[in-house]
Amino acid sequence: MDNLIPVLVAVPLLGAALLLCGGRRLDRVGHWLGTLLAFASFGVGLALFFSMLGRSTADRPVHLNLYTWIPVNGFQAEVGFQLDQLSMTFVLLITGVGSLIHLYSIGYMAHDEKRRRFFGFLNLFLAAMLLLVLADNYLLLYVGWEGVGLASYLLIGFWQHKPSAATAAKKAFLVNRVGDVGLSIAVMLMFTTFGTFAFTPVFADAPKATQATLTGIGLMLLLAACGKSAQVPLQSWLGDAMEGPTPVSALIHAATMVTAGVYLITRSSAIFNLAPAAQLATVVVGAVTLLFGAIVGCAKDDIKKALAGSTMSQIGYMVLAAGLGPIGYVFAIMHLVTHGFFKAGLFLGAGSVMHGMNDEVDMRKYGGLRKYMPLTFVTFGLGYLAIIGFPGLSGFFSKDKIIEAAFGHGGTEGWILGTCTLVGAAVTAFYMTRVMLMTFFGEKRWVPDADGHEPHPHESPAVMGAPMVILAFGSVFLGGLFSINSSFVHWLSPVTGYQEGHSPLSTTTVTACTTVVLLLGVGVAWMMYGRKPVPAVPPLGSLLTRAARRDLLQDDFNHVVLVSGGSHLTRFLVYLEGKGLDGLVNGIAALIGGTSGRVRKVQNGYVRSYALSMFGGALVLAATTLLMRAV
Amino acid sequence: MSFPILTVAAALPAVGAVLTAALPPATNARSRDRNKVVPLLFSLGTLVLACVVAARYQPHGARYQMTENHSWIPQFGISYSLGVDGLGVVLILLTGVLVPFVMLASWHDADPVVDDSGTFERNRRTQGFFALILAVEAMVVIAFEATDVFLFYVFFEAMLIPMYFLIGGFGDRTKGEDAKQRSYAAVKFLLYNLLGGLVMLAAVIGLYTITHTFSLVSITTALQNGSLHFSSTAENALFLGFMFAFAVKAPLWPLHTWLPNAMGEATPGVAVLITAVVDKVGTFAMLRFCLQLFPQASKTFAPAILVLSVIGILYGALLAVGQKDIKRLVAYASISHFGFIILGIFALTSQGQSGAELYMVNHGVSTAAWLLVAGFLMSRRGSRLIADYGGVQKVAPIMAGTFLVGGLAILSLPGLGPFVSEFLVLVGTFERYPALGIVATAGIVLAALYVLVLYQRTMTGPVKPGNEGVGDLKARELVVVAPLIALLLVLGVYPKPVADIVNPSVNQTLSQMGQSDPPPHLTSAHINAATTTTGGGQ
Repeated sequence: MDNLIPVLVAVPLLGAALLLCGGRRLDRVGHWLGTLLAFASFGVGLALFFSMLGRSTADRPVHLNLYTWIPVNGFQAEVGFQLDQLSMTFVLLITGVGSLIHLYSIGYMAHDEKRRRFFGFLNLFLAAMLLLVLADNYLLLYVGWEGVGLASYLLIGFWQHKPSAATAAKKAFLVNRVGDVGLSIAVMLMFTTFGTFAFTPVFADAPKATQATLTGIGLMLLLAACGKSAQVPLQSWLGDAMEGPTPVSALIHAATMVTAGVYLITRSSAIFNLAPAAQLATVVVGAVTLLFGAIVGCAKDDIKKALAGSTMSQIGYMVLAAGLGPIGYVFAIMHLVTHGFFKAGLFLGAGSVMHGMNDEVDMRKYGGLRKYMPLTFVTFGLGYLAIIGFPGLSGFFSKDKIIEAAFGHGGTEGWILGTCTLVGAAVTAFYMTRVMLMTFFGEKRWVPDADGHEPHPHESPAVMGAPMVILAFGSVFLGGLFSINSSFVHWLSPVTGYQEGHSPLSTTTVTACTTVVLLLGVGVAWMMYGRKPVPAVPPLGSLLTRAARRDLLQDDFNHVVLVSGGSHLTRFLVYLEGKGLDGLVNGIAALIGGTSGRVRKVQNGYVRSYALSMFGGALVLAATTLLMRAV
Repeated sequence: MSFPILTVAAALPAVGAVLTAALPPATNARSRDRNKVVPLLFSLGTLVLACVVAARYQPHGARYQMTENHSWIPQFGISYSLGVDGLGVVLILLTGVLVPFVMLASWHDADPVVDDSGTFERNRRTQGFFALILAVEAMVVIAFEATDVFLFYVFFEAMLIPMYFLIGGFGDRTKGEDAKQRSYAAVKFLLYNLLGGLVMLAAVIGLYTITHTFSLVSITTALQNGSLHFSSTAENALFLGFMFAFAVKAPLWPLHTWLPNAMGEATPGVAVLITAVVDKVGTFAMLRFCLQLFPQASKTFAPAILVLSVIGILYGALLAVGQKDIKRLVAYASISHFGFIILGIFALTSQGQSGAELYMVNHGVSTAAWLLVAGFLMSRRGSRLIADYGGVQKVAPIMAGTFLVGGLAILSLPGLGPFVSEFLVLVGTFERYPALGIVATAGIVLAALYVLVLYQRTMTGPVKPGNEGVGDLKARELVVVAPLIALLLVLGVYPKPVADIVNPSVNQTLSQMGQSDPPPHLTSAHINAATTTTGGGQ
């Protein structure tokens, strides 16, 4: 049974190879083939899941060593897999949500001439992401880590003919590479400290390592997580990544890949638990990002960018929870799973809206769509209720637990973190209500496009509707299911560890607080966007709003400091190379060889002069030999 | 006397070069093709022989295998002695693999001119081009095999001559000012390398005056059993003499400035020959001669060389970012990669050195894949300027796809060969010099920048005027690219066979130098703790 683990990765990988190298013959069936293989991988995942459920807790993790990858003296990298409860959770999320999004894409990409390639890239993503969560050592994890980065690059830039898409793809890859450097330095530190970078021995020996080393490893892993999970200060790529087709935003930039950073931190709990400084940095990053993303989400009129800000913010919650240590790991992952469902559902809903609105993304040109797209409205609405933490829905269970754990961190820090998470919850309720009102309520605001085509909003086909319905079910029930008898805690705690926090506030108080801030957020949004018509042209807005529309000026900072600074540096170096180094050497060469003009004349492209030069070459050789004899 | 496989492996391309040069000028399409098929067959034959050498090599056998020894100039103790270690085997194999692809990729680069009446221009241009490539191959192979310092020196220098003609005589710029640029590049190449060679010659002679032999094996044996000892001044001076020549050829910053000119003016095939094959002789020689003949001096100068390597990594990458010319961009990327190779060599750890040896192979294959596809693109429009291209993926998707894969190999994406070697080099450096290792990781980010910017500017966006007619890869071009990409995948997913060949030679070199890897901190802490406990007990 456990021999099936590599099959999980191999099936979508095979799909990618077939679809990308198969040529036009596969154009007609490619999308179905890709979807089928995604579902096949999900089937294998389910089989492994039930097999795991049948074993006692101690026997659940399994290891499988496939072959030795890099054998060098003292450095052994294995291709080995580890399937435990944590990886299993991810396997089901990735293949489950992944399969649904494959299915949805059949409808969404129906009119794209490169649809086969799209499914090839999606399959490649699944394979890389599965490798990431199944690897039993950090170097193999790194392969999956950069593999998902590649898939993300290819899919953001899928519409390569659009310069904005190509730029966004490159930016995403580059920012991620900065994070990847963190991961590679972490692996190097592990190797020089432990002599290995496989999970089991590193975690076992972690207590013997010095505090400084563990902090270093922890901070480098955090840097990697910031890149992949779009956390401050490496968050700038996620908004631009919305250039990709919407199913990509749902799968990669909401449900799975961007949560890899949370996986990395949770997986490395043995290191973080022993490195309080790294944990502190983690919670700070999480808290800052959850507010940052939420503020940005409030200002965006592009529905996908508003959702992207929200994703950033929600992952901020998860990173914060993971930084809390054993009181938070389980809830970080639980929120990750529920978020995977409701955020994927929200994105698919947004895609469905765009599908019916001639690819319009500006919410100021929507309005009143609930009448035209009832199914999208209902499924999107359930996702909305889930994300704002409406009592009884998935987000309520998972986010409340994080808020409680933040308070449970204790001391002043606990109060600060708890307050941040509460403020975040209020802002979340605000911007999500704003999205909901601007899109589905109010008067219709759409106008004919440049060619004079007026959008005719219509419901999407069943192949797109079905995944939305299934994800909506998850958004409603998953959180509750996980919380019955704390089943999710029991499932995951053997891997991540679990310990109750000492919250100064009781669970009831926390729930009351979150309900109050939720109502507050919804109420303010209603006052601003529900009670009065939404202007079709964005108002000037306050200074903060204007800054938030520009991603709080972080991009402007990047542009001034990194982009123009960097291009000045390279231009200066190119100049220096031509004038300085080369000029110096040319001067010497001219001195030795007479004028440089004379040596240039030697070469004029005729056979006779070749012979002459050949003779010269022979002379040089003879001279050297003579010189030899003379010495 | 066993079969002299090493001599034959070097002689076959040499014979091929002579035969090809002697072929009569083409008068029609058939004889033109004959003039190209003959050298191609010779290069394929050499590949077969390279495979035989690799198959006969026993990783756990003697240091030098398949040895041949003949006295050549006995008065000076110069002998014709050949032998290969693991590094030599993989580099001969690399040369054997790449040369046929270079020839196929350059198939039309030296075609005879046909006038309007269909008459072929009567000259030996085509034969000359392919004969020169075979001549370079022969000399490179024998340089990888030579275990006599003088024998190595002769071919190290002699390969400059065919390379000079390849750079100066062929290429896209044949008229007026452009042609001057090209011959300038060729002369610059020659002068730089001759200068390096002269310094090395002085050091070679100096070595002889001390040791009275040119035999690598005798000298290293004598060094190890203590019957030979260099004064540290002499050793340092000799080391610098050798290293200077190899650092010009490799090339190491700041001796690199000939490479962008040479690669920029040469045809893409010849540029691959320079960077992927000929330059490897430089890094090969650092490992074989610098480290083995002068172990103490190597250790003394290692920190300085490592700093230059790291500068080269960053400098090469930054200049690649700033280039407007595709071929020069690739050249600067290579300078950055040579920085990594030399970093791995002089980190003097087994991870770093194995990484450097794998890097030589991976750099050769990945640069060949990347630059040859770029060459196919450039051949369609006759321009090397990045600004002339745009949106090519729309009209030539397979070309764009293969160009991207080649670029991903250059930026060391995991799953492709270069990642394995680059990571080993970084780890091997980091364990002894953490600061340098960390600074070098910036090269990872910069590589992504120059690769993806080049891809974006040439391949994505709307189709730029003038690119509408760019056709996709033809069958011949696919035959060049597909195997190279497959090789990159194999080297990335299952590098063990190559690693198994190079590892023993790395271990031998390092143990010869008396150099061992720093143990993991935890292990050393344990040992210390154990020693203390034992000490306390006594």
